[in-house]
Amino acid sequence: MKNWLNPRSTVGIALIAVALIALPFVVGAAGQAWVRILNFAILYVFLALGLNIVVGFAGLLDLGYIAFYAVGAYTWALLASPHFGLHFPVWAILPIGAVLACFFGVLLGSPTLKLRGDYLAIVTLGFGEIVRIFMNNLNSPVNITNGPQGITLIDPVRFGDFSFTGTSQILGLTLGGPQKYYFLLVALAILVIVINVRLQHSRIGRAWQAIREDEIAAKAVGINTRNVKLLAFAMGASFGGIAGGIFAAMQGFVSPESFSLIESIMVLAMVVLGGMGHIPGVILGAVLLTFLPEALRYAVTPVQMALFGKILIDPESLRMLIFGLALVLVMRFKPAGLWPSPERSRELGDKVAEGAK
Amino acid sequence: MDIFLQQIINGLVQGSIYALVALGYTMVYGIMGLINFAHGEVVMIGALVSITVTGTLAAAGMPLGLAGLCGLVAAILSCMALGWSLERIAYRPLRGSPRLTPLITAIGMSIVLQNLAMIVWGRNYMTFPPLLPKINFEFAGTHFTLVQVVIVLLSAAMMAGLVFLVYRTKLGMAMRATAQNPAVASLMGVNTNRVIAAAFVVGSALAAVAGVMVGSYYEIAHYQMGFMLGLKAFTAAVLGGIGNLAGAMAGGVLLGIIEALGAGYIGDLTGGFLGSHYQDIFAFVVLIIVLMFKPSGLFGEKTGDRA
Repeated sequence: MKNWLNPRSTVGIALIAVALIALPFVVGAAGQAWVRILNFAILYVFLALGLNIVVGFAGLLDLGYIAFYAVGAYTWALLASPHFGLHFPVWAILPIGAVLACFFGVLLGSPTLKLRGDYLAIVTLGFGEIVRIFMNNLNSPVNITNGPQGITLIDPVRFGDFSFTGTSQILGLTLGGPQKYYFLLVALAILVIVINVRLQHSRIGRAWQAIREDEIAAKAVGINTRNVKLLAFAMGASFGGIAGGIFAAMQGFVSPESFSLIESIMVLAMVVLGGMGHIPGVILGAVLLTFLPEALRYAVTPVQMALFGKILIDPESLRMLIFGLALVLVMRFKPAGLWPSPERSRELGDKVAEGAK
Repeated sequence: MDIFLQQIINGLVQGSIYALVALGYTMVYGIMGLINFAHGEVVMIGALVSITVTGTLAAAGMPLGLAGLCGLVAAILSCMALGWSLERIAYRPLRGSPRLTPLITAIGMSIVLQNLAMIVWGRNYMTFPPLLPKINFEFAGTHFTLVQVVIVLLSAAMMAGLVFLVYRTKLGMAMRATAQNPAVASLMGVNTNRVIAAAFVVGSALAAVAGVMVGSYYEIAHYQMGFMLGLKAFTAAVLGGIGNLAGAMAGGVLLGIIEALGAGYIGDLTGGFLGSHYQDIFAFVVLIIVLMFKPSGLFGEKTGDRA
C-alpha cells in the first residue's frame, strides 16, 4: 500500500470510477445480453478472489470450490422463493448464506487438514461432487431441493420497495435490470477487493503465505496452522456463499447443473491463469475467462461463414476447443499466469532448478 | 447372499477397469508429480477409435472377432501416439514451472480432446459392436457374462505385464529411479525425458484397453465418457496411495466393489431414505474417510512434499 491520496493515484481512481460507471451503458448499447455477461464476469471476479484466498494465499488446492457457491445459491433459493413459501429479506439471507457456506468450508477443511497437495485436491473435488449429487437427489422422500428441475421464481434482490429487476428511472437515467445488478455487483466487488487487499497484508495473510511457502517452518515460528488453514477455507467459502446468493437472485433460477465440477475448474483456471495470489491478476483472469467463451460464441459462426462459406464445424465445440487451446497456450508462454505478482515472477527463476520434482 | 456375491462380481469387473485407468494416473504422478487430467479423455479416444476401426473393417467383410482385434490394436496404437504427443506438446515445455501450471494445461487438453472427439465423432451415443459372443455363466447363484470374465482376466494380465515392466526391465528401473529423484537419475545416465514419455505411452496403452473394455461392457461410447471414469480412476489411485502401482490396482478394485455394494445396499441401510442414485458419492465418501486416517492413501508412503 503506497500513499492512497497522492494526486496521481487520485486521478487514476477517478478514471477507473468513471469507466466503471460508464461501462454498463457502453456495453448495453451492444445488447442487454452483454450486460448480463458483464455481471457474470464480476460474479466470477468475486468467486475467483474467494478461491484465491484458499489457493493463492494459503496454497491449498481446492477443486470443489463451487460447492460453496452452490450452498449460497440454494440458501437464497430456498429462503426466498415460492418453493417453501418463504420470502426473507436480503439483509437476512446473504449473511445466512455466507455463514452456512462458511460452516461447510470448515466442514470440508477440518478432516482434510492433514492432507497435502494433491490429496487435498481430490478430496475437495469429491466434496464438491457430493454436494452436487445431494442437490440433484434431495427431492425425495422429502422434497428439499426439487432435484434436477431446480428451483424457479426466486425473488430478486430487493431493498424495501426498490427491486433489482425491471427497469426504473434513477437520476434521470433509465436502468434495466442487468444494469442495476451491475452497480450492486460492482459495489460488492469493490468491497471484496478491499477486504482481499487488506487481508493479504494483514497478520493472517502473512500467516497464509508462510503456510503456502513452507508449512513446517510456519508451524515452527508459532503459527497455529490448523486454525489459520481453517480460516482460509472458511473465508474463501463465505465469499463463495455470498456470490452464490447474488447468482440465485440474479438468475431467478437455480439447478444442480450450474454447480458441476467444470465450474470449479473454471474458477481455478481463472485464478491460475490470471496469476495466483496476485489480486489484479486474478481479477484479470476472471474477466478474461468469462468473456473469452462468450466472445467466441459470437465470433465462431461468422468466421466460418467467411472462410468456408458454410458452417463446417459445430460452433459450440469449436468455441470450447479454442478455449481449451487458449488455456494450454497461455500456460505454455506465461507459466506463472498473465499478471503474476512481482515477487512470484522473481522467484520463478529459482523454481526452474528446483521444480523438476 | 446371492445379491452380495453378484455385486462383488460386478464390482470386480468395474474395478478392474478403474485399476487399469488408475495405473496411468499413478505412473505419471509417481514420476513427475502431475495429475494428468486428460487421461480420462485418452480412454474415451481409445473406445471411439476402436468403434470406428472395428465398424469399418466389419462392414468391409472382415469377421467381427478379427475386426475387433484390429480395433483394439488401432486403439492402443493411436492412444500411445496421443499420450506421447500430450507429453511432448503440453507437459514437457512446462517442466519446472509452478505446480499448478501443468494442472491447468491438463484441464485445457482435456477440454480440447473432448471437443475434438465431439467434432470427429459427433455428440450422439455410439453403439459398440458386440466383440464377444454373449455367453452367460452361472456360479453359486450368480450370473456373469463372457465379457466380464474377459475384462477381469485381461486387466489382470495387463497389470502383471506392467509389474514385470516396472520391476524387471531396464526401462522400469529407469522409471523407478526417475520417480525417486529425477536429477540424480539423469546424472546416472538415465534419459529422464524419454522415461517420462515412456510412462505416458504405457499409461495410454492401458487406457486404450480400458476404453475398449468400457465400451464393450456397456455397449455404448460417447465423447464425454472419459471424464467421470477418469475422475473415479483418479480417486482410486489416490485411495491406494498415488504414485504406487500396487496401490492403484488395489484402489481400483476396492473402489469398484465398494461402489457396487453401496449401490446395492444403500436403500436398505438408510431405510429407503437414500436410493441407488447416490452411487456416485460412495467413491468420494470412502476416499474422505480413508484419507482422514491414512493421509497418503492405503499403500502410500509418507511424503514430505508440500502443497
